[in-house]
Amino acid sequence: MDDVVIRVGWPLMLVWPLLGWLANGLLGGRLPRTASGVIASASAGASFATALLVASAYRAVAAADAAVSLPIPLFDWLGAGRLTVEASLLVDPLALVMALVVGGVGFLIHVYSIGYMADDPHPSRYFAYLNLFVFAMLLLVSAGNLLLLFVGWELVGLCSYLLIGYWFDRPAAAAAGRKAFVVNRIGDAAFLLGVFLLFVTLGTLDILEIREGVATLSKEERLLAALLLFAGATGKSAQLPLHIWLPDAMEGPTPVSALIHAATMVTAGVFMIARLDRLYLAAPEALMVVATVGALTAFFAATVALRQHDLKRVLAYSTISQLGYMFVGMGVAAPSAGIFHLVTHAFFKALLFLAAGSVMHAMHGVIDMRRLGGLARPLRQTAGGFTIGALALAGVPPFAGFFSKDLILEHAFAFGIRTGNYLPYALGLVTAAVTAVYITRAVLLTFSGPPAEPGAHPHEAPPVMRWPMAALAILSVAGGLLGASVAGAPLLRFLDGLLGVVESGPEAAPHPPAGLLRWLSVAAALAGVLVGWRAHRGRREPVLGRVGVFLEQRWYIDALYDRAIVGPGHTLARWLAGPFDLGVIDGAVNLVGRGLGALGGQARRLQTGYARQYALGVLIGTVLILGYWMLRW
Amino acid sequence: MVPSSAYLALSAALFTLGAVGVLVRRSALIIFMSVELMLNSVNLAFVTFARMHRSIEGQVVVFFVLVVAAVEVVVGLALIVDIFRSRESVDIDDVDLLRG
Repeated sequence: MDDVVIRVGWPLMLVWPLLGWLANGLLGGRLPRTASGVIASASAGASFATALLVASAYRAVAAADAAVSLPIPLFDWLGAGRLTVEASLLVDPLALVMALVVGGVGFLIHVYSIGYMADDPHPSRYFAYLNLFVFAMLLLVSAGNLLLLFVGWELVGLCSYLLIGYWFDRPAAAAAGRKAFVVNRIGDAAFLLGVFLLFVTLGTLDILEIREGVATLSKEERLLAALLLFAGATGKSAQLPLHIWLPDAMEGPTPVSALIHAATMVTAGVFMIARLDRLYLAAPEALMVVATVGALTAFFAATVALRQHDLKRVLAYSTISQLGYMFVGMGVAAPSAGIFHLVTHAFFKALLFLAAGSVMHAMHGVIDMRRLGGLARPLRQTAGGFTIGALALAGVPPFAGFFSKDLILEHAFAFGIRTGNYLPYALGLVTAAVTAVYITRAVLLTFSGPPAEPGAHPHEAPPVMRWPMAALAILSVAGGLLGASVAGAPLLRFLDGLLGVVESGPEAAPHPPAGLLRWLSVAAALAGVLVGWRAHRGRREPVLGRVGVFLEQRWYIDALYDRAIVGPGHTLARWLAGPFDLGVIDGAVNLVGRGLGALGGQARRLQTGYARQYALGVLIGTVLILGYWMLRW
Repeated sequence: MVPSSAYLALSAALFTLGAVGVLVRRSALIIFMSVELMLNSVNLAFVTFARMHRSIEGQVVVFFVLVVAAVEVVVGLALIVDIFRSRESVDIDDVDLLRG
């Protein structure tokens, strides 16, 4: 019975959002305006409910063996020579956790969108994209082979392009969508190369077979494959150096940002590494790269978030920074800690974005924090939700973010003991403090003090928007229990059987002093909150001089890309479109045309119109041919 | 018996006469007659060769040529009559619509 539930439910989970997409996409124009959101939310909710059913059935089936992986073959997809790919899904703890997060958070965001997009003239297009987005991400997390995973991987890229550029009549939104697509494509190319490498060396794309086959690869093959796949993850998960698309993604509707940041897009890279953890654990150098890139990104993005004026932009850099933490978790060989942080981050980041969207909704699109302020009174519930999300993000106990961030830091410290590389831990700890500072600043600038523009009359969001925020707020407070040792860490135990954990051996390095580390991270978080409070109380902005400008300019990375890549690219394109196309390409075509024209001009002179001349030609020709034949004998 | 070479010589002479006629005369009718002369010189050559080789095939071809020539006369004369009607002349050099 449970087996049947799993086998039917898991594919069914994918069908719901697909149906919602079809319904809204094909019939959207004919449905009543309010029906689109209801259909989309219902299909996302059905998907989440199905995932819940499958999860409980899985718990019953896998009670004996904690981490059984159940492949669900669907059909033979394609066969070409040595390559046969079966469209197959995979049920295991990792996929279940991801599916629940994507379905659950995605459902709440769908419901919120009903209120947020109430004034939109064509909500059916929006909700169709939203459902497709959820479908793509569910496909990605439930795929049983890398090719199917890649389909989901590309589909989320497509959906992000469609939704970021949803208001395509605004040039900034169209450009942001394009940027997201192009930057992602750079990473995807590397990802595809990694998939090719695994296929060439292992002869299979099946995830279970890859997990088994990693040991047969040579050291260099493992390293190269891991690095190529990680390059894909830096694009999808907005890590250095491919992070630049995520802050621009703010141009889309705010619930879309919530969806991209919390559930359906940027977590794909982290998930992919957890999915192939055997490969990464077998390539220590790659792990070192992952941990270093993650730590640097976490620190970089957190400092940039200190000096951004756009509230959503602060949250975007915060996401980049938190994703850096997750990659640190992956890199220090603690994938379950990374996934735990992914889950809690999904809760509180979705909450923060929905609250920011509520602010935008109340202030008629104003999101620049210099023009906000004093919103705590009129938007009491929104302010409460945002503050809860902020506390969770800052890592203040007992909110959710504290447990997961602390766990990653502990593992990072253990990693330092193992390898002598304390950089991930040190940067992680500093970043924890910086995180607390910038989110305190965001709360104070937005909600405290006198309003910057007293003329506005903000109004609290309708219940359909408040209700999802309330649910996420509860999760942001209590989500930490999923991995807290007090509660028995159910999530971690669920995952640990599947995800490899590096055992450093019995005689290995001393266990990190967990108590001390925990106090350190609490101290960092509280110190950050305190500094932020002192610095920004009363909506003040301390002058930071050149450092401030440096941070405001995002470490000049965007400027560098503009100068080094985008500018020369434009110059090259202009040269190709102008001199090269008109001169060389068109020139060659015109030259051929003119040459043939001249040839024709000469040839027409043969056509004199005198029949007797033609007859002479025929005669001479005949004589010549006959002469040739006679002389040949 | 007249030797075959004499017939062949006559045939060649007639053919040359016809060819020169086609090339130098301007009247379409004369050119037409010259073409007939060439055809018949060839017929003479066929018959001569048939006698030399004691083979019937040469004579058979002559019948085909005769038939084709008759058809050609029909079409050709019709064309010439039509040209004369539209232009009041059968000078072949006046008919040069296809000059490049």
